[in-house]
Amino acid sequence: MPDGTAADAMLRVSDLHAYYGESHILHGIDFSIAKGELVTLLGRNGAGRTTTLKSILGLVGKRSGSIVLNGREIIAMPTHKIAHLGIGYCPEERGIFASLTAEENLMLPPEVDAAGAGRGMSIDEIYQMFPNLAERRRSPGMRLSGGEQQMLAMARILRTGAQLLLLDEITEGLAPVIVQTLGKVITNLKGKGYTIILVEQNFRFAAPIADRHYVLENGKIVMVVEAQDLNSKMNKLHDYLGV
Amino acid sequence: MTEIFGVPVQALFGQLLVGLINGSFYAVLSLGLAIIFGLLNIINFAHGALYMMGAFLAWIGLTYFGINYWLALVLAPLVVGIFGMLLERLMLKRLYHLDHLYGLLLTFGLALIIEGLFRYFYGISGQPYTVPEALGGAWNLGFIFLPKYRGWVIASSLVVCLVTWFVIERTKLGAYLRAGTENPKLLQAFGVNVPLLITLTYGYGVALAAFAGVLAAPIFSVNPVMGSNLIIVVFAVVVIGGMGSILGSIVTGLGLGLVEGITRVYYPEASAVVVFVIMAIVLLVRPAGLFGREK
Repeated sequence: MPDGTAADAMLRVSDLHAYYGESHILHGIDFSIAKGELVTLLGRNGAGRTTTLKSILGLVGKRSGSIVLNGREIIAMPTHKIAHLGIGYCPEERGIFASLTAEENLMLPPEVDAAGAGRGMSIDEIYQMFPNLAERRRSPGMRLSGGEQQMLAMARILRTGAQLLLLDEITEGLAPVIVQTLGKVITNLKGKGYTIILVEQNFRFAAPIADRHYVLENGKIVMVVEAQDLNSKMNKLHDYLGV
Repeated sequence: MTEIFGVPVQALFGQLLVGLINGSFYAVLSLGLAIIFGLLNIINFAHGALYMMGAFLAWIGLTYFGINYWLALVLAPLVVGIFGMLLERLMLKRLYHLDHLYGLLLTFGLALIIEGLFRYFYGISGQPYTVPEALGGAWNLGFIFLPKYRGWVIASSLVVCLVTWFVIERTKLGAYLRAGTENPKLLQAFGVNVPLLITLTYGYGVALAAFAGVLAAPIFSVNPVMGSNLIIVVFAVVVIGGMGSILGSIVTGLGLGLVEGITRVYYPEASAVVVFVIMAIVLLVRPAGLFGREK
């Protein structure tokens, strides 16, 4: 079941190729994720993990292959329509808008209008989950600390009702205590039924919470590891990741 | 008669008033340029031609169709705004992935074509446009006679600028605009229709120019080159205020109008160049402009 070949796949990516200008970045990516699962995309820098997330949203120069979300082919759709089908995106650079206040950032993404969209979290629920943000609601985005920015970037996509979350390197450059908090948040979200694709450098953060790991190298998936096989395949995994 | 630094008070106030009126036009025009540059990254050289088009549409409406001033004040910006949105969809849109320079060249070419067409049909001599009846005459403010129409120009320009500023800084739509100015791709990844936002923004920016054009019709003569004369100064205003800064363009526009007025009183020979002298100094000291942020 969890290898996603079943019909219940929420997102199925097949033979995905992506290009930035002349450079061919992804060379036929295949993976899928069922509703409520959490998978990670692992790999070294430049392996194509971020590009995979961006390709799902149509943020690359050119892409080909097939991306099916809840039974709909989205490879040819413009970015803003894809987002409306229920995808929340947390970019690697966090993407907090400097000229907007924290609360304006939080309220910015429109609610998704897909039929299958869940109810987004209310502002109260969000401030309960991220108490720091409530205190900083009037601060301009550029005055927030790195941790606060990361919390805000997460919180911002929970309000919209999106059920598939694409999270890119959310622990990068953060203090261990904040990474711990984020770990709890992710576990909590998984409990609430969110489907999550996590691009992570920090394997120790990703290992205990994921259902499955995809390892990328040179724009291809070179290894798939189910959570229960993690221990037996650890050596090979370490070779790929160079940790 | 009272004098300030050897200049009669009356003359000083008179020139300050003229300065304030010019400043109002600078403010409305540079505001439009700033919004457009912020989101589209295009230096809209067609701005002066579209301002002229607004004035001409008012004159054509009155002369051939009996459309009065007040109606023209709404219709001309609307028509020019729609025309602008067509230009954006059909032409500008193709240039966003290229350097600023291409947008500048295209809009410069468009300005020449639009001006050329009006020159071909209406010649180079100015067309008169009478002040609307309700705004004829003047108020005696004690220290100065303020022609009602000029008071109206200043007041309505200020209102338009402040409303625009309010919408951009305090509303959801404005938050989209600010976010789109910073990172349009991410905003689109959140589900906002950024291409539509861009089209509407360009339409609004050039509608502001047309609005200024209608305001100008009864003051300056309506002629095909009225825009290209004004727009050079407006570009200097935008450079001084800082490209893309909303409040900066409003404040700088009004301020430089006043500076011009004062210069005209104390050293008339310099009044035509004072803005450019200030521009040169600002560029040396603060290249991003008085209100601009270094990128």
